[in-house]
Amino acid sequence: MSSGRYSVTKTDFDKTLDLTHLKPYGDTMNDGKVQISFTLPVPDSENAVEAARQLALKMGLVEPTVAHHAPLDKSFSFFVIYGNLSHTIDYTQLHVNTVDISTMSMDETDFFIQQNFGRKIRVIGASTGTDAHTVGIDAIMNMKGYAGHYGLERYKMIEALNLGSQVTNEEFIRKAVEFDADVLLVSQTVTQKNIHVQNLTELVELLEAERLRKRFLLIIGGPRISHELAKELGADAGFGPGKYADDVASYICTELAARKEQMLKA
Amino acid sequence: MATLRIDWDKVSRAREAARQIADDVHAYTRQFTTTTIERSICRLFGIDGVDPMGVPLPNVVVEHLVSRQLLGFGAAYWLGQATISLGKEPQELAEAVARGELDLTQTEPVDLFEIELWAEKKAEEAVAKIHHNRIIREERLLEFGDHSGPLIYVIVATGNIFEDIVQAKAAAMQGADIIAVIRTTGQSLLDYVPFGATTEGFGGTMATQENFRLMRAALDEVGAELKRYIRLCNYCSGLCMPEIAVMGAMERLDVMLNDALYGILFRDINMQRTLIDQEFSRLINAAAGIIINTGEDNYLTTSDAYEEAHTVLASQLINEQFALKAGLPEEQMGLGHAFEMNPELKNAFLYELAQAQLARQIFPNSPLKYMPPTKFKTGNIFRGHVQDALFNIVTVISDQRIHLLGMLTEAIHTPFLADRALAIENARYIANSFADFGEDIEYREGGIMEQRAAKVLDATLDLLQNIRRDGLFRAIEDGILAGVKRPFEGGKGLSGVVVKEDRYFNPFIPLLLEESKAGSERYHQTQTALKEGKNE
Repeated sequence: MSSGRYSVTKTDFDKTLDLTHLKPYGDTMNDGKVQISFTLPVPDSENAVEAARQLALKMGLVEPTVAHHAPLDKSFSFFVIYGNLSHTIDYTQLHVNTVDISTMSMDETDFFIQQNFGRKIRVIGASTGTDAHTVGIDAIMNMKGYAGHYGLERYKMIEALNLGSQVTNEEFIRKAVEFDADVLLVSQTVTQKNIHVQNLTELVELLEAERLRKRFLLIIGGPRISHELAKELGADAGFGPGKYADDVASYICTELAARKEQMLKA
Repeated sequence: MATLRIDWDKVSRAREAARQIADDVHAYTRQFTTTTIERSICRLFGIDGVDPMGVPLPNVVVEHLVSRQLLGFGAAYWLGQATISLGKEPQELAEAVARGELDLTQTEPVDLFEIELWAEKKAEEAVAKIHHNRIIREERLLEFGDHSGPLIYVIVATGNIFEDIVQAKAAAMQGADIIAVIRTTGQSLLDYVPFGATTEGFGGTMATQENFRLMRAALDEVGAELKRYIRLCNYCSGLCMPEIAVMGAMERLDVMLNDALYGILFRDINMQRTLIDQEFSRLINAAAGIIINTGEDNYLTTSDAYEEAHTVLASQLINEQFALKAGLPEEQMGLGHAFEMNPELKNAFLYELAQAQLARQIFPNSPLKYMPPTKFKTGNIFRGHVQDALFNIVTVISDQRIHLLGMLTEAIHTPFLADRALAIENARYIANSFADFGEDIEYREGGIMEQRAAKVLDATLDLLQNIRRDGLFRAIEDGILAGVKRPFEGGKGLSGVVVKEDRYFNPFIPLLLEESKAGSERYHQTQTALKEGKNE
C-alpha cells in the first residue's frame, strides 16, 4: 500500500455497474470506497492503530488505511479509516415498506379534502412521554412549517391541534377523544435506550385497551422513525428525516379517503 | 473590539421599559411563596435525605405544612418554633415528622422575635458555607488564572453520572473550560429533587446533590492536573428551581441555566409559580457567585431567527432586570442568544454577526451565552462542521464569553467522545486564527450590519413598550414570545403557590443580598488588580 492518498495501484476489477452486486462508489465503479471513524478506549499507539486496522478488516474492508489517528484523552484514541468494502447487495431483490403516495401541494390537499370529505380533517399532535423536544412536531404542525413547507395549521381544510411536549399517553388519548380527532400525530425525538419504542408501544396498548385504536389514523415521526418501524409498533405510518408537512398531509387525506371508500363498499 | 454605531437613547428607553415590566411582575409575585421555596429553606437549614418511601425530607416537611394549610407562615417559622421548644435540630425534626411522631404546628408557641433570632443565626451558618465555596472558586481562579475570550462549553449526556465523569474528564483534557451535565428529560416537571448518585436517564442525567458532588470532585481532580479551573454547569430550572440553586451553591457549581421564561414557554410551567421561584433562586445563585444562563436562544428554535431576533433582545433586557432585582450583578448574567438563522438565507453570516455584536455592546460586562446552530442541522455531519465553524467565527469576533460548542452530529445523537474532541479542535483553531480579527476591523457606517442592528433595536423597543403596556403575564398569554401562548392559571405547578401570611419571613434574603454585594466588590477589585498588573 502506498503511503500517499492518491491511488496508483492498478485496478483489475470489473468496472460495469451490476445491480445484483451493488457496492459503494469512490471515483471508479465498484471500487467499494468507504470512510469510517470511531474511537477506541485505549491510548493512541502503534497497537491502537493496528487494532483499528484489524477491526476495519473484520468489517469487510479490503486494504484499510488509517488516514488519521489522534489521542482524545490518556486512554482514548480516535481513527479515520478508508478502505474498499468487499460486501455487496443485490439491489434487484430489495423490498422496502414505504408510504406509497404521491405528495400533493397544500392547495391540492385542501381541494382533495373538500372534494372527498366536505369537512375539515381533525389532526391532534404531541411529543409524548418525557420527550421535551418539540422541533419535530412543530415542523409538521405549526403555521410556519419548516424549510419552506407550511405546517398543517396553515391548511384551510385541516383543523390542527398541537399539544406540545411531555404529554403523557393517557392525556394524549383523552385530548384526542375530546377534540374528536381523525388523526393522531406522535413525535419522538429522544431515542436513547430505545425509550421511544417503549413509549409508542404503551400508546398503542392503551388505545387498544380502550378500543380506540381503529377510530384514529395513528402516525408517528422523528429522526429515528421509519415506516417499517412504525408498522412494527402498530402505527399506520411512520415519517423519518426529510419528510415535511405536505408528505404527512398527503398521506392523511389519501389514506382516510381509501378507508372511507372501503367502508362504503362494506 | 470593532463596534457598531447604535442609538443609545433607544437602548436606554428599552432598558427602562424592561425595568418597569420587571417591577410590575415583582409587585405581584412578592405576595407569594411556593412549596419549592420553602423546601429550599428546609435544605438550607440542613434538612436532607429521604423517608422509607424515597420521598425527600424537605418535601415531607413542606407537605406536612401544606396539609395543615399553614405553609403561608413559612417553613422557617415552624422549624424555628419547634427547634426552640423541643431543643432539636431541623434534621431531627424532619425525621420525626416523616415517622409521623411530630406535628410541627402543635409545638409550644414561642415569641416571634425569638424565632427570627434563631432563624437568622441558622441562616448565617448556611450562607457561611456558600461563602466558603465561593472563596474556594476565587482562589483557584487566581491560582490557575482565567483566560480571557470565549470559554469553551461542552455537554455530557450519558444518563449515568459515572460515565459522564469519564467523558467530562476527557473533554477537560481536550480543552473544555465548562462542562454541562445535561439533565434527563422530564426532570423539570418533577416537584421534588431525586436523591443520591444515579445511573439511569434519558437524554441526560438526573440533577441530584450527590451527582453534583461527584462531578465537582472529578473536575477539581482533572483541573489540578491541568492547572486550570474547570467550571461545572447544570440546570436550575423547572419546578424545583430554588432547591437546585441551593444544591449548586453547596456543591460549588459555577454556571446554572436559570430562566423562568424558558420554563413557561417550553415546559409549560405555570408563569406565576416559576417567576416567584426564579427570584429566590437568583438570590442564591447571586450569592454563590454562580453565572446564570438564560434561555432566549430557544425562542429561535420555534420561531424564525431572522424575523424574531428582537424577541431575544427584549427577553435579555427583561432577564437583566429580573437578575438585578435579585442582587445578581452583570458579571454573573450569562444572557442567552443563538446562531440559528437558515443557512440558505443570503448574508445570514452578516445578520448573525450584527446580532451577536449588538448583544455584546448592549451588555458589555455580561458573560453572554452564545448557542450554536441546531435547528438547521440535518445529519449531514460535513455541512454541520462548517456551520459550526461559521458560528465559532462570530463568537470570537464579537467576543462572546460562554461559547457553547456545536457538534457535527447534532440531530443524530448526544455527543460521542470524538464528536466533542472535533468540536473543541474546530473552536480552538478558529479562536487562534481569528484572535485579533475583531480588533483589526471596522464596521462600515450604515452598512448591512449596522442597518440590521438598528432594525432589531427598533423592533425590540416597540415590543418592550407593548409588553409594558399590557404587562408580562398578558404578553405571554398572547404568545408574544417564541409564538407560544400560555394561560395565567394554566401549566404545571400553580397549586404550589401560597399567599404569605403577615408573620411570614425568609431569613435568607438579606444575608444573600449582602453576600452577593461583597462578592461582586471582590470581583471588581480583582479585575482592577489584574488589569493594573498587566499594565505594569
